Amino acid sequence: MIGFFPIFKRELFAYFRSPVAYVFIIIFLVANAGCTFMLGNFYNSQQASLEIFFLFHPWLYLFLIPAVGMRLWAEERRAGTGEILLTFPVRLTTTVFSKFFAGWIFIGISLFLTFPMIITVHFLGDPDNGPIITGYIGSFLMAGSYLAIASCTSAMTKNQVISFILSVVICLILVFLGWGVLNETLNTIFPVWISDLINQFSFTTHFNALRRGVIDIRDLVYFVSIIVVVLMLNVVVIESYKSS
Amino acid sequence: MISVQALSKNFNNIQAVDQVSFEVKPGEVLGFLGPNGAGKSTTMKMLTCFIPPTSGTAEVCGYSILENPLQVREQIGYLPESAPSYDEMLVIEFLNFVAEVRGFRGKELKKRVSIVIEMTSLGDVKNQMIDTLSKGFRQRTCLAQALIHDPPVLILDEPTDGLDPNQKHEVRSLIQNMSEERTILISTHILEEVDAVCSRAIIISDGKVVGYGTPDELMAQSMYRNSVTVSVNGADPAKLLEKFNKLDFVYSVERIANKRDDMVTMRLFPENKESIALKLEEYLFSQKIAIEQFNVNRGRLDEVFRELTN
Repeated sequence: MIGFFPIFKRELFAYFRSPVAYVFIIIFLVANAGCTFMLGNFYNSQQASLEIFFLFHPWLYLFLIPAVGMRLWAEERRAGTGEILLTFPVRLTTTVFSKFFAGWIFIGISLFLTFPMIITVHFLGDPDNGPIITGYIGSFLMAGSYLAIASCTSAMTKNQVISFILSVVICLILVFLGWGVLNETLNTIFPVWISDLINQFSFTTHFNALRRGVIDIRDLVYFVSIIVVVLMLNVVVIESYKSS
Repeated sequence: MISVQALSKNFNNIQAVDQVSFEVKPGEVLGFLGPNGAGKSTTMKMLTCFIPPTSGTAEVCGYSILENPLQVREQIGYLPESAPSYDEMLVIEFLNFVAEVRGFRGKELKKRVSIVIEMTSLGDVKNQMIDTLSKGFRQRTCLAQALIHDPPVLILDEPTDGLDPNQKHEVRSLIQNMSEERTILISTHILEEVDAVCSRAIIISDGKVVGYGTPDELMAQSMYRNSVTVSVNGADPAKLLEKFNKLDFVYSVERIANKRDDMVTMRLFPENKESIALKLEEYLFSQKIAIEQFNVNRGRLDEVFRELTN
């Protein structure tokens, strides 16, 4: 664990050293508000809940999270700083996790800044705070899964654009696996258990329960294990590019 | 100290480093010479545990690069080629970061950072963004980073690349000052540097060690070793050539161009690279030939380099 905190700190501050962080936060907030109020018809739903707000997160994250993660490793490779970072007496796993956590906390900060939504629903009515809390937990965990994938694809290339596109595609597949239309189609071809199994791999399936206020330990395990497995893969990717 | 045993590295089908073995002892500065793409950087990357070797191994201060990579990295200060650092950070922030990763905290950290800033004369730019620095300062920032934990072993990949002559001189004297208690490996393709700072040198070509010795030993392999260049004012070239050719200790004589018309310059090659300076001086004195210049050649490293690497 030696070196975890300094690397984490540098990485997190690196976001705020460039305008990227502020641009990202503004886009994140505007997109969230736009989706909730315009696409989601928040007022017409006549409900003091954040269900509609969270409904769009899997789709928003599809583009926003890869934008946060794309620089994590691609930039180190392009600038050559990876050679300094990876010759510190720090385990590669520690470095991978500390960079990941920096990005994750940055997203957490952006997510935290959506708190006016909570104030809004409290102002409009008397919402059930349970689903709001589980929704935020689920959204944060899901963001972590997206970010782990973005971090991993970022290690595959020097080019941030390629890294971005790769992670969007992978995340898109994981979102689509839980898409109702796809499942219905699969049901007509395969036995139900196959489409169920495929469904279980999707972000949306596990996020939906949390969004509705249901805490199922399996959903939490799903997100945490996605993060851990993909980051371990990230370690392998870095090791293989270094040795080839 | 560094001890390298039969280190090899293949990239797909390219043999980048082929069975390289050598040793560097404390107090020594080993120059790593070779044309571009000879495998210098690859060898250094393996020693710093950045990339794993295909076969062979190495030990740094008794730690194996295969079994104890973290301990190896603790012993090493590494300046990678082209001196990368985080552009968006201030010099002082970057050095603080490196010191923190290396495990320094509080007062100790401040002390270490101010020592390396002093050593590399970065005081004037420490609050400047690395992005805005000139090449020389960037190089020194990265060098400061390598020195922060006072490492017993320094691995510097082309530390003077792209610097102006003054900066080169500064970096070289810095390396020399540090060499007493440290083990230093530097790679370069600037040959004058080898003679200036290295106690020994290795020449590698196509991944193989092709030359090994002190700079003087390497220069001894040159055909110019112990040849003498004599410039005489207002002499008849033909007669002078005849006289020199008659000398029994001279193997051959060649006339070399001189920018001054009234000056004749000859280079005399001895038999078997023996030292002929004294005999020649006595002869010139006895013949009352007035000499303007008299140079004994130690041998040319560039010629040896070309010979060994082509």
